[in-house]
Amino acid sequence: MKRNDSIRVWTGNDACAEGAIAAGVNFFAGYPITPASEISEVLARRLPEEGRTFVQMEDEIASLSSVVGASFTGMKAMTATSGPGFSLMQENLGFAIEAEIPCVIVDVQRVGPASGVATHPSQGDIMQARWGTHGDHPIIALAPYSVRETYDLTIRAVNLAEKYRSPVLLLSDAVIGHMSENMVVPASDEIEIINRTKPKVSPEEYKPYLAVGGEVPPMASYGDGYIWHTTGIIHDETGFPCTSNPNMIDFQVRRLHDKIAFNRDDIVTVDMRQMDDAEIAVVAMGSVARSAVKAVKMARDRGIKAGLIRLVTIWPFPDEEIIQYTSQLKAFVVPELNLGQIQGQLRQTVEGRTKIVGVNRIDSKLITPEQILESIQNEVKA
Amino acid sequence: MSAAKIPDISKYLTRLPHIWCSGCGNGIVVGAMLRSLEKLNLEQSQVAVVSGIGCSGRAGTYLNLCGFQPTHGRALAFATGVKLGNPKLHVIVLAGDGDTLSIGGNHFIHACRRNIDVTLVLFNNSSYGMTGGQHAPTTPEGYKTTTTPYGNIDGNFDAVDLAKSSGATYIARSTIYHASQLSDLIAKGISHKGFSVIEAMTICPTQYGRMNKLGGAVEMMETLRKDAVSAKKAAGMDTDALKEKLLTGELYVKEGATEYTEAVQNVIAKAQKRRAQ
Ligand SMILES: Cc1ncc(C[n+]2csc(CCOP(=O)(O)OP(=O)(O)O)c2C)c(N)n1
Repeated sequence: MKRNDSIRVWTGNDACAEGAIAAGVNFFAGYPITPASEISEVLARRLPEEGRTFVQMEDEIASLSSVVGASFTGMKAMTATSGPGFSLMQENLGFAIEAEIPCVIVDVQRVGPASGVATHPSQGDIMQARWGTHGDHPIIALAPYSVRETYDLTIRAVNLAEKYRSPVLLLSDAVIGHMSENMVVPASDEIEIINRTKPKVSPEEYKPYLAVGGEVPPMASYGDGYIWHTTGIIHDETGFPCTSNPNMIDFQVRRLHDKIAFNRDDIVTVDMRQMDDAEIAVVAMGSVARSAVKAVKMARDRGIKAGLIRLVTIWPFPDEEIIQYTSQLKAFVVPELNLGQIQGQLRQTVEGRTKIVGVNRIDSKLITPEQILESIQNEVKA
Repeated sequence: MSAAKIPDISKYLTRLPHIWCSGCGNGIVVGAMLRSLEKLNLEQSQVAVVSGIGCSGRAGTYLNLCGFQPTHGRALAFATGVKLGNPKLHVIVLAGDGDTLSIGGNHFIHACRRNIDVTLVLFNNSSYGMTGGQHAPTTPEGYKTTTTPYGNIDGNFDAVDLAKSSGATYIARSTIYHASQLSDLIAKGISHKGFSVIEAMTICPTQYGRMNKLGGAVEMMETLRKDAVSAKKAAGMDTDALKEKLLTGELYVKEGATEYTEAVQNVIAKAQKRRAQ
């Protein structure tokens, strides 16, 4: 029977865990940290019920290590953490990017820096998500703004990881992770599942990194009969180091970027609301977008032509989608729970064509619709 | 032993020549490991080698086996995922003493504690080779390295003791002088169900040897020969005579302890039974 009668009251963290199960995640490793622990707790109970593997590792470094290790054998693997743990994962995140190993890292953001404020929300990891690991690398990051969207984007993150042989980040936050909403759980036949492409050539012919442009090289699982090796050292199409060949180093690192850049239209999602005639655009993501929705409505009620650009994909940044509005707008209003991380990126995108103002909080409290409205009203008057 | 009996390991090797210095012991350890695979007659595609970062970790690059070289110190944590992901694979970790006992020390004791069926071949050259001969958690007190120019003041770990107190269920040690014993012990470690640690005492004449005036490769191998005492022989010796000696052979074996991938399967069985009720 279809489970179309299954309305659940879930927290965002519950929805993340259940989304992982629906997506086919069969390996999860984690280390406890507020406000992400419930994802581990739910999966510790649920994954074994589904015949799948849960393990609590000795730290976040080991969590991501084992996730990537499991992915080598064909598992759909995921971990979940918050700021301090996300910091510990950065080195292995770089390895997963370079070795092109699918995996999902959920970061339920809390206030930083350091231990910060463990139980309160933040959007302070947007730049850590982009540049936390060293070296030039591409990354995919998604940000849900509701419980249902946490479920959907967890599935999407797993699918994108498989499709692009890449780590994918899900940036939730303490509000989205801990709040409860009711949601209809989609029937399994309504859920799109993507599995990584396996090689079609014989084991003798297989080269684990043979690809050009935006292609994604097929990935054999260890144990499938394909013998292949890789390393975090920059390697050629065979997976072996090519550090004495500058042309090959250049080609391979650019290929990693092209893999994401050439497919950005498939990866980038933006939720545009009332943007057709908008003069003021609010750009928001995650929990802050909930206040932004209300603020735009309040502005419209007052006769102000306001619209919302809700970033669902954060990285790669939805620049093309935003640039099309620059000439019609008086200003972008950018509310965020940090001191301007999205705003800084938006400035790069807009290149001075349109005014940008921030609404920023780092006191562990949420940005209210009224705060955003005030900023919108100021820009109308300006 | 006649030459004909030495197993042919050429099918496991690829991408040679290697980058190791002349006189380096790493090749002997790798050879011993590969002969153990040949002896056990394992299906080549069913072996996965996760290697550390260091001169020793570079070994994986020369092997025609599934495997990868991830980040410094984390090989055992990656290997844990590989083994849990596909418990049928024979998972072998090749890593240095610095990699395993310093930056990866936490993963080492936790891999022991979980008793996961992974075999660690620990290359102990008493120092960090790759980065230029700095001191490692295995460098004895007083010895010189590039970061202990006045002699090492840090205490050192005994990997065997650490493995034993952390829960590993097969622990052995040998040296590159005793290559055939080393190979046998690695084979036993692979056959053992549970976490096995084989400490391979090796040499770095280029850095550690030179800095401490230990002679060239031949002299350093001769020292390993003289220092090594088999565990069986040691049983009849008094503690004073054993003071400067290196115990070799099987040093601890515990059969029948629950192995980790089996424990995970037990959890799954329990959860599914409870759910069905
Ligand atoms: C996070 C990190 N820190 C430091 C290094 C530099 N590094 C590379 S190998 C190595 C030590 C290797 O020593 P050991 O594990 O004993 O192996 P050996 O080279 O002696 O075989 C270090 C410190 C690194 N690669 N990554």
